[in-house]
Amino acid sequence: MTAAPLLEVRNLRVEFPTRRGTLVALHDVSFSIAPGEILGVVGESGAGKSMTGAAIIRLLEPPGRIAGGQILLEGRRIDNLSQDEMRRIRGRRIGAIFQDPLTTLNPLYTVGRQLTETMQTHLDLSNSEARKRAIDWLEMVGIPAAAQRIDSYPHEFSGGMRQRVVIALALCAEPRLVVADEPTTALDVSIQAQVIALLKRLAREKNTSMMLVTHDMGVIAETADRVAVMYAGRVVEIGPVREVVKHPHHPYSIGLMNSIPPLDHRVERLAQIDGAMPRLNAVPPGCPYNPRCPKVFDRCIVERPDLLDAGSTSAACWLYDRAEAPHV
Amino acid sequence: MFAFILSRLLQALPVMLVVALIAFAMFAYVGDPVSIMLGQDFTEAQRDALVRDLGLDQPFFVQFARFVGNAVQGEFGLSYRLSRPVAELIAERAPATLELASCAAAIALFVGVPMGVFTGLYRRSWLSRFFLTFSLIGVSLPTFLIGILLILIFSVWLGWLPSFGRGEVVQIGAWSTGFLTGAGLKALVLPSITLGLFQLTLIMRLVRAEMLEVLRTDYIKFARARGLADRTVNFGHALKNTLVPVITIAGLQFGSIIAFAIVTETVFQWPGMGLLFIQSVGAADIPVMAAYLMLIALVFVAINLVVDLLYFAVDPRLRADRGAVRGT
Repeated sequence: MTAAPLLEVRNLRVEFPTRRGTLVALHDVSFSIAPGEILGVVGESGAGKSMTGAAIIRLLEPPGRIAGGQILLEGRRIDNLSQDEMRRIRGRRIGAIFQDPLTTLNPLYTVGRQLTETMQTHLDLSNSEARKRAIDWLEMVGIPAAAQRIDSYPHEFSGGMRQRVVIALALCAEPRLVVADEPTTALDVSIQAQVIALLKRLAREKNTSMMLVTHDMGVIAETADRVAVMYAGRVVEIGPVREVVKHPHHPYSIGLMNSIPPLDHRVERLAQIDGAMPRLNAVPPGCPYNPRCPKVFDRCIVERPDLLDAGSTSAACWLYDRAEAPHV
Repeated sequence: MFAFILSRLLQALPVMLVVALIAFAMFAYVGDPVSIMLGQDFTEAQRDALVRDLGLDQPFFVQFARFVGNAVQGEFGLSYRLSRPVAELIAERAPATLELASCAAAIALFVGVPMGVFTGLYRRSWLSRFFLTFSLIGVSLPTFLIGILLILIFSVWLGWLPSFGRGEVVQIGAWSTGFLTGAGLKALVLPSITLGLFQLTLIMRLVRAEMLEVLRTDYIKFARARGLADRTVNFGHALKNTLVPVITIAGLQFGSIIAFAIVTETVFQWPGMGLLFIQSVGAADIPVMAAYLMLIALVFVAINLVVDLLYFAVDPRLRADRGAVRGT
């Protein structure tokens, strides 16, 4: 990246103190997002994708807490800000889109009211200006007859339309970055493509960066500029989207991409990765993927790899340690 | 909306008729009104004449219809004990009970709701724990004991507040109020606390439970992710979503406050309807008892209607007349 990154996450560590000791949910997570860039974050359920997003906007479910590392927005640390300073960043500088549009909107307020209150919290707008802008936003996200629908309640919209409203809410104070946590998972397949296309278009138009969390590789391939693959609370591979999808380096990424069924020919059996991701209290020493890895060797069991240069991408795998390189 | 109110009123009709039937049955089965009115010495002819005058020789349904007809006009006959029209007696006593009940309800709401919000937001603070312990006392101590304890402390030991009666009242038309004089207000303090304490703790616990539920929802998390101020989120978005169950309970409780002010009125010798009722029970004064029964039933029916209308005001999803889900 030549431009200074908009968001930089350095060695982020998130812990959950429990009665039986501390669980480490995120381990040394580092990545950056350039202005206008869309970073896809993929991985199985529980890999820490959503938690990374929640940590960035500092809305971790208690008792989860950031235990180490730094988060920088436009070069300024935001992980140590007070709650009140952080509140002014949420919505204004970093917007958020949640998974389920049916539960994300307050059922007792009209969509117009939810839009205007968000804008008026962050921007200096009169009531009539805010209302006008709210109608503009509803039009921008493709809600027909926006001027009439502004006074409708969330239950009067369908799921896809509600997610459009949520997108308008996330973008209406014009943040530089949007954290979209599985924005299409709860939607019908036919609506998913529309919503993703809308998100992509708005991000380009407003030059907004996006962190797109999903487990849908199709969405990533279509939308993202770069991809981070997460496994057991760590980033195991990161690189340009085409490289990660077409030529993944980390054995886990390879398994993940192979498990997408090909469309051009029939297969007898779908490829799968044997075993399951370890629970947080049972992550093995060394590389967390070692029990499932087809290419495991001695070093993987004792020593944990950091992200290493693997050519077109970076992968946290000893296979790419130049000093080692046993049988690539 | 109008059709809804009309259907609700039609539903209330059978309820009121059944209550009227019970009230009417008291005349027939609790003592014989004819022998009560004639006293010790009478001839058979006198007795027959009175039975005919009172219409007691007519069939049951005719008698019942006449009772209902009179009741609709507020005509319940003469009190056996005081030989005055029952309607007049009740009208005289109603202001005392209504003022006491509204003070108690106001205390329960304006103290109970904020306490519930507080204990819901700051679950772990020592003040929340204190409120919860205190509410257990409120729920478990019987009303008369609380009343007697308050009298002991504030009237006998400290001598700050009167232990009985309404103090000075000012007559405004047919309404006698204690709100306008210092002595009247002072006299209200102890009885309204006694009457409102149970409802206060109930409302507090209900609001707390609802707040805990609502604060976990996605739309509250999303409201925070939009950077709204904590006050707006907690007292706007969250509290409003707890209101439907709170209105239900508070409405029913207001009915019971009026109906069961009997104990409090007895402890404090408060000259309200409850005290009138207890004295009437002692003297088997059936007309007063019948009228009281019907009045309380009417109060409950009316409150239920108001509660239903408040639902519409709070929750847009119930406003069917806005039309079903529009568009897609």
